[in-house]
Parts: sequence; C-alpha cells; structure tokens
Amino acid sequence: MSLHLESASAIARGLRARQYSSVEVTKHFLERIDRANPSLNAFITVTPERAMEDARRADARLARGEGGPLTGVPIAHKDIFCTAGVLTSCGSRMLSNFIAPYDATVVERLAAAGTVLLGKTNMDEFAMGSSNETSFYGPVRNPWDGTRVPGGSSGGSAAAVAARLAPFATGTDTGGSIRQPGALTGLTGFKPTYGRVSRYGMIAFASSLDQAGVLAQSAEDAAHVLAAMAGHDPRDSTCVDAPVPDYAAGLDRPVKGLRIGIIREFFGEGLEEGTGRAVRAALDGFQAAGAKLIDVSLPNLPLSVPTYYVVAPAECSSNLSRFDGVRFGHRCTDPRDLTDLYKRTRGEGFGAEVKRRVMTGTYVLSAGYYDAYYLKAQKVRSLINDDFRRAFREVDVLMGPTTPTPAFEIGAKTDDPITMYLNDIYTIGANLAGLPAVSVPCGLVDGLPVGLQIIGPHFSEDRLLAAAHAYQRETDWHRRHPPLFT
Amino acid sequence: MTLSRRDVQDIAHLARLEITEAELPVYAGSLSAILAFVEQLSKAATEGVAPMAHPLEGQVQPLREDCVTESDHRDRFQGNAAAVEAGLYLVPKVLE
Repeated sequence: MSLHLESASAIARGLRARQYSSVEVTKHFLERIDRANPSLNAFITVTPERAMEDARRADARLARGEGGPLTGVPIAHKDIFCTAGVLTSCGSRMLSNFIAPYDATVVERLAAAGTVLLGKTNMDEFAMGSSNETSFYGPVRNPWDGTRVPGGSSGGSAAAVAARLAPFATGTDTGGSIRQPGALTGLTGFKPTYGRVSRYGMIAFASSLDQAGVLAQSAEDAAHVLAAMAGHDPRDSTCVDAPVPDYAAGLDRPVKGLRIGIIREFFGEGLEEGTGRAVRAALDGFQAAGAKLIDVSLPNLPLSVPTYYVVAPAECSSNLSRFDGVRFGHRCTDPRDLTDLYKRTRGEGFGAEVKRRVMTGTYVLSAGYYDAYYLKAQKVRSLINDDFRRAFREVDVLMGPTTPTPAFEIGAKTDDPITMYLNDIYTIGANLAGLPAVSVPCGLVDGLPVGLQIIGPHFSEDRLLAAAHAYQRETDWHRRHPPLFT
Repeated sequence: MTLSRRDVQDIAHLARLEITEAELPVYAGSLSAILAFVEQLSKAATEGVAPMAHPLEGQVQPLREDCVTESDHRDRFQGNAAAVEAGLYLVPKVLE
C-alpha cells in the first residue's frame, strides 16, 4: 500500500469515498512509525491505542456520511500542545513527567474535525532552537540525509511528514520554527497571522511572537488544516475575533496581476548559491504566470535577528518563571529551602540553550539595562514593522528564500549560538510584525530541499495559500519525497 | 559588554538557576557574545519611535463577565505535582 504518498486531502477523499477505512489508514501509518522512528527520532510519544479509538470513531462518522475534509486522517502534534492524558514534554526534562490535564484549543479543534492522533513529535526544548538539537529527547534526523538536521524547532513534525510517517503535523513558529524546518525537509510550512489561531494550551515561549500552524505536503492540505485550527477562542485574549474564510474555496485564485515584492535584503551576502538559484527560478515562474515582480527594500530588516534575540529571551524569561518545581514538572530532591528548590529544579530541568535564553532575558529586563536593550529592541521592532507596512502599500505579497542554506550537518552549529541564530535571518521579520508567511518547496540543492518564502499582510492567509497553490499546480517539488522513505 | 563569572552568578541568581562552577565561564562567553551581537541595535535611529509590544496594534483586550466558568479540577491538576497533602502544594519550610 502506498497510501502514505498521498496528500492528506487525497486520503480524506478516499475515506469519504469508502475506498479504505480510517482504521486501515491509521494502521498503515503506525507501522511506518514503528519502522522508521528509531532512526529518525521524530516522535517523543506514539499513541497507538488512542489512534485506533479515534480511527474507529472517524469510521463511524464516515459511515453516517458525516465526514469532513479531515475526518479519519491521521495527524501528529508537536509536543508543545497540551494533549489531555498524554505526556506533553515540550522537548524538556522539566516536563518529562507532565501529563497534560486538558487539550490545547488546536488539539481540541483538530480532534473535533475528526483527525486521528498518531502521537507527539520531537522539538527543540521549549521551541528554542533551529535544528532540533536542543531537545532533551535527542536530535531528530533529516529524512533526506540522516547526518543532517531537519531544522527546528518543529523538527520532529517536519521529519515525520517528510518521511510520510504522518500526512500532516502541527507546529509552532516564534522566529521561523515552522517555515525553516518546512524548507529543510521539502514541506509546505504555514505560519498564520499572529492572533489567527488560539495559543490556549500551547506552552508559551515568547507570547508576542508565538503562533501555531501546520507542516503539510501542499497548500491545499494546509488550507484544510488551517480552516479547522483558526478562529476566535475566548480562552486566548490575543486570539482575534474575525471570521475564518473558506481557504480551500479560495485556492484557485489566479496569480495573474499579483504584485510580488522581491525583498532585496534577502538576496545579499550569506545566501548559498544553489538556494538563491532555486528561489529565483520560482520567481521567474510567477512572472511567467502573469505576476508582476517589483524590487523592494526593507532597510531595517537586517536588524531583525538582534531585535528578536532581545525580545524573545525577555518574554521567555518571564514565561518560564512558572517552572518552579511546585505545581508540575521536574522537582529536585531534598531541597534545603525554597530558593534551593527553585534553583536546583530549574538548573536540572532546563538544558543549556534554555538557560542561556532565560539568562539573556533576565539581563535585558534587569534594572539599568532595560532601556538600552529591551526598550531599544521594541523600538527597532516598530521600525521593522513600518518597513513591512510601507512595502505592502506597493505590493500584495513579499517573496524571498526561507533559509540561507539547505539543511546543515548535525553538530555543525552547536558550538556557536550566534551562527545558529543567523539561520533564521529571513524568517524572524514576519514574527516581529505578526505577519502570515509560508515556505513552499522550490528545488533541490545536491539532493536537499530548499524553500521559497511568501509573506503577506495581516490576515492574508487566503492570498498566500492561493499563490502557493498556483505554484504547486505548475511544479512538483512539493511531491518529491526522501528516497530513503518510499 | 563583557560579562564576568560574577555577573553570570548574579544573573543566574535573579533567574533562580543553579549554574555549576564549570559552566560559569561557558555562559560568560556565550552571553557576552550575544550581548555584543545585539549591540548593533544601538546604531538604529529610534528617536521619537514608539516601542512595539504587540503585533496587532489597536486590538483591545476583550472583557468578559466576571463569573465562574470553570468547574473544580484540583485533584486532576495536582496529579502533576511532586508533593501535595490535603489538597495543598508542599514546599520547604518558609518561616522558622
């Protein structure tokens, strides 16, 4: 059976046409996970019993003719989403004993849509990383080349979908954590507008930047998943109360006349040659389809990485103060007093990168340094936001590469945090401005996938999905899969 | 900005993180490098620029009726705690 090579949308159609049952589909993916996960390390937890229960329930729905566009399709959730009754570790020793007492809104809504839970995917600890190497559960391997990283922080979700161990998976994106692994594993990685999807039950890293999204095989799949995830949630006060468009219905909007801004700053020094070539070829494709390419400059965008590495650690140091060894998570043994309980619990429970960011954040928020670092970064964030706003007066979408290079080797950047941080140089801007953005596979460089990034104004998800879909009708990069996982 | 071992000790204390002696120089090095890297922000002209704390400007925090919407889940929530007794979380003695 080669069901796993089908997109989620195609599997859902097959299920509704009763060509196979959800139980059959689910067993097929569980077997693939059994075989491949020991080498990839994409899953932290596999939930076969829960999956079979979900599948039987979906089959009953389908039998009644009540199946929707995702009913009976298996899914994997990034281990950052609270999943009732299931280990929710966030890739950390701190939460390696945490059984979530409730479902995140994203988990709840996708379950209501009839998806089948295969398990929880590996990730950088508390989503802090760009290579999935900071996970307490060990690095994830890139299915295209096992010596390389899958990207991060949603590296387990990316590897699982790329190796077709799941038709699609959820992810979160604070500085590129959906788009970057999407690009490095040949997937369509979609980060919605800040506030489009509820963050309730999604373990917080940097609350003004975090947003949930999806790693999928195509824009069509992403449209269905996004429609099921998005929408107002009174349990997240930043989740916007605006209607969710029918994303799937809008996919066929033509690109003719689309004004595409080419971000000049994304094509300078540091962009690997093959990646640049693949992205330029994709842009030529849009032009040939009738889109207008316009050169634009966002002069403050090169400051997005330093801005992010003040703002994100500041928010992280505040958010992670809740891990105190009292109410949940790891607790040190035999604490002498309360301070010792906090310090040893946190010293033991957090890994090196998380500690580094908590300390960076503590420092930039501390008395005497707040204005020079934190306030300054918030002002530069305004400048970057203004750059985007100005650009969107002239163009409908912005395009450029998702990453400067294809996937790098495991261990290549672990010694120098700055080198690792620069990997997100093209993705962070969209988070600072809260914009929706998608990475679309646009080529292979020495057998490794690279991505084209499309960024749009707030709440232009429909426009981004239509542009990605138009490109995917003309190309087959998104249908390529790693030769080792056929 | 170069941080000393002592600086790292102070920051770690503020953040309630135990850092071992051996780790101190490692963090002093990487935190100093990060601060040097973000130092480039100081070159940006930001006079009169308003700080941005949230990506969706103009969005007001919604209010709801001040009434109980949750039922009691204490036992379930305390199932994740390392030490509880009679519905209370246990911590080391705070007052002598």
